[in-house]
Amino acid sequence: MSKKTNAVISAVLLVALCAFVMILEQVLPSTHIALTVLKKSCIYALVAVSMNLLNGFTGLFSLGQAGFMLIGAYTYGALTIPVADRASVYQYFDGGIIQFSVPVFVGLLAAGVVAAIFAWLIGLPVLRLKSDYLAIATLGFAEIIRAIFQWDKLGVVTNGSNLLRKFPTFNSVMFPLIVSGVCIAVIVLVINSSYGRAFRAIRDDEIAAEAMGINLAKHKRMSFCISSFFAGVGGGLLAMYQTSIQASTFKSAMTYEILLIVVIGGLGSVTGSCLASFLYIACSEWWLRFLDTEMYIGSFKVPFLRSGFRKVVFSVIIMIIVLFYRKGIMGDKEFSPARVYNWFQKKKAKKAGKEAAK
Amino acid sequence: MDFINRNLPYLLAGISVGGQYALIAIGYTMVYGILRLINFAHGDIFMVAALVLVYASASLPLYLSIPLTIVATVVLGLVVERVAYKPLRSAPRMSVMISAIGVSYLLQNLALYVTGGLAQVVPSIPFISDSVQIGSATTKVVTVITPILTIILVFALMQLINHTKIGMAMRAVANDFETSRLMGIKINSVISITFVLGSFLAAIGALLYFTNYPSVVPTSGAMPGLKAFVAAVFGGIGSIPGAVIGAFIIGICENIIKGLGWTTFSDAFTFALLIIVLLVKPTGLFGEKATDKV
Amino acid sequence: MSNNILRAENVTMQFGGVVAVDNLSLEVNEHEIVALIGPNGAGKTTAFNCITGVYEPTNGRVEFCGKELVESYPHGKMKKQYKGENAGKYTKRLVQTPDKITKAGIARTFQNIRLFSSMTVFENVLIAKHMRAKQNLFTATFRLNHAEEQRMRRESMELLEMQNLAHLKDEIAGSLPYGIQRRLEIARALATEPKLLLLDEPAAGMNPQETQELTDFIGQIRDQYDMTIFMIEHHMDLVMQISDRVYVLDFGKLITDGTPEEVQNDPRVIEAYLGVSEDA
Repeated sequence: MSKKTNAVISAVLLVALCAFVMILEQVLPSTHIALTVLKKSCIYALVAVSMNLLNGFTGLFSLGQAGFMLIGAYTYGALTIPVADRASVYQYFDGGIIQFSVPVFVGLLAAGVVAAIFAWLIGLPVLRLKSDYLAIATLGFAEIIRAIFQWDKLGVVTNGSNLLRKFPTFNSVMFPLIVSGVCIAVIVLVINSSYGRAFRAIRDDEIAAEAMGINLAKHKRMSFCISSFFAGVGGGLLAMYQTSIQASTFKSAMTYEILLIVVIGGLGSVTGSCLASFLYIACSEWWLRFLDTEMYIGSFKVPFLRSGFRKVVFSVIIMIIVLFYRKGIMGDKEFSPARVYNWFQKKKAKKAGKEAAK
Repeated sequence: MDFINRNLPYLLAGISVGGQYALIAIGYTMVYGILRLINFAHGDIFMVAALVLVYASASLPLYLSIPLTIVATVVLGLVVERVAYKPLRSAPRMSVMISAIGVSYLLQNLALYVTGGLAQVVPSIPFISDSVQIGSATTKVVTVITPILTIILVFALMQLINHTKIGMAMRAVANDFETSRLMGIKINSVISITFVLGSFLAAIGALLYFTNYPSVVPTSGAMPGLKAFVAAVFGGIGSIPGAVIGAFIIGICENIIKGLGWTTFSDAFTFALLIIVLLVKPTGLFGEKATDKV
Repeated sequence: MSNNILRAENVTMQFGGVVAVDNLSLEVNEHEIVALIGPNGAGKTTAFNCITGVYEPTNGRVEFCGKELVESYPHGKMKKQYKGENAGKYTKRLVQTPDKITKAGIARTFQNIRLFSSMTVFENVLIAKHMRAKQNLFTATFRLNHAEEQRMRRESMELLEMQNLAHLKDEIAGSLPYGIQRRLEIARALATEPKLLLLDEPAAGMNPQETQELTDFIGQIRDQYDMTIFMIEHHMDLVMQISDRVYVLDFGKLITDGTPEEVQNDPRVIEAYLGVSEDA
């Protein structure tokens, strides 16, 4: 299959996906769980891909994603709350000090930029550390950021430990789908650019990469900032989805969750991360929901089913994937029509070979 | 003197919680030393220990349920190693770490399911929860017992590691996994013993820790676990004395910060301290310097 | 000799109490093939690492093309522990990371092959072009560097063709046979457009036929690219055939240097390799 046909078919598939979601939205009632799952998985897909850029493509084991999402969420919230609502949101802080508000897209962009600036500052010292030490230091920074955003003294911006709310949100699935889609497309462009190759070189062999003239500090920082930028945008989107922001929700558990998505999808696979986000969110919030309610078959009560069982089953499924499908859904490959086509061709050839052998 | 008097309760609490962190941190540091794995599930094993005590003591007297708790925790540690880590022995380190995160998630969700999401109250163990007067401060006996017990246990552990055959095997495996396997050391039994010791100490740590903070929820293990891990990294991961000293420093600092009225920042401070240490000494206070061979 | 391209002066590298490279001074002239030989553990690779910025030498200085590349003196803990000579001769510290040194024009290969093993042969070479490309993150991401990218790809392809690796361009580097990996590593080093090529045991693990091919190949590189080559090698056939000059290192110290013939007959060299005979 030629490169061109592959690109055309991929584009057609993407458009079809958008159309399908659009139709789905018209057909289903607006509160249907499928739509909620789609919204959330779009956002998680963006964050997972941004984490994959760092962990899967650059080989930097960072666990700071929740922290950068938090920065993004707060930046978005603090900048976009309409001026008229500020007094009621910041009721303990005299309406806060920001007395203007910006449009949604400016807010999202700012969310990314502020997260990237923080990443740049944090990266200066932290990126010198290696593997596990880098992981624990970034995790630590995420926790520090969380504490700072809950600090009363900064309440005029962050509203302390109170909720930020009343900022503009979205109703349609199309919004997160398109925003995440564009962001992921940009990440893919980065990965396939000369800089993306440099990132992968660093992942494969730092010493060789340096000997090839790649400035390690500069490129690591670059990858860290890009990843954080999109984590920030993802945080902004998550804030819109949740309609309110509270620092305490951005715990390290959130980072672990995203890391699990990345690994289930396959380290180093963008399509894998997207697919895994959808499956992860759909399983945890939708498909396994029946496990949480007691069920009777005739007069027989199905054992174990009660609140919380869904999560147990879900974590067992995750353990099975982690133990037996180590490389995740996609490994480090990407989903593409050409690959599917080749796979079918190979299968056909194999079958033909077998028949010929007979 | 005045400063000490005023801060004595915090200092005592710090030493006590530091000892408890130390007991958990040893589990992290030993496993890391041998498998190069951050055992993210260790904090949750600590939490499960407390839950087991809650349920065991509901139907059994304490003198039976405490040993039962310890045994159950050790068994859990072993099972986790066998099921979640052993199959991944030849896999990249990342996979094992993800598996650890998966186990942590599973244990938390199991706890959530069993408790129904309600906080459980750990029964108070007599004697160690009695009050005692030290200087100007009133505190529980556990505050005094913890550091003493910690030091005794660490001393015993160091004896085990430095002066027994199995201890020698553990040091050999920590030094070079592959070579020690070639030398005929039974890797799997060494790893099992490491997990047994780690879980045993975590169970003791849980008994002491939850005497001070009697309410246990599924995420109770996460923060102490993370702090203990930070302590292990702080002291130089892989080094047991390092982990113990790191844990005491972190426990004391954290409580003094609380005493100064900066409770919001007590957790953040721990991490800030860690990052500063890592920047000055990238492998922690007592860590060995690792060099890449070119 | 004024046309020297690389000049190391009193380079000493001490790890703890061990002096791995001891007061090493050497010169490599333009268009020369110079070999650095010596028994295992003599400090050859360490000397390379000092030149390429992987280690900061404890003492000494390295010049490249008449410009200063590296200079250092014992400092910190080493001040007291320093066992080498010429302490106090150097007072400046100039440390550059390996990427800066590559940019200055020294490329290297590694003793234990370090390819980007999960990437294709073509990408391996292409990465080396990244450093000198005129682009930034923005233009690269949004493909505004089209002309530059095309040039990088074309040049990489030309290089592969010249090394007879073009037919393997889409193979994953890590899955190639050993000899080809070595050649690819050299091709990749050449892609950084160096003036000086450092080869660390290029013939290690090769059979006699492969070694002969490599010998021709190295000579060819020198002539085609007007390259200067400085290499560490154990295969004496190779060294004797193509080197213009040979330096011999033993226990970190330079014991002799000269043409291959001179070195071959030097009793000190024989002694270093075979030890002193009992009867002598």
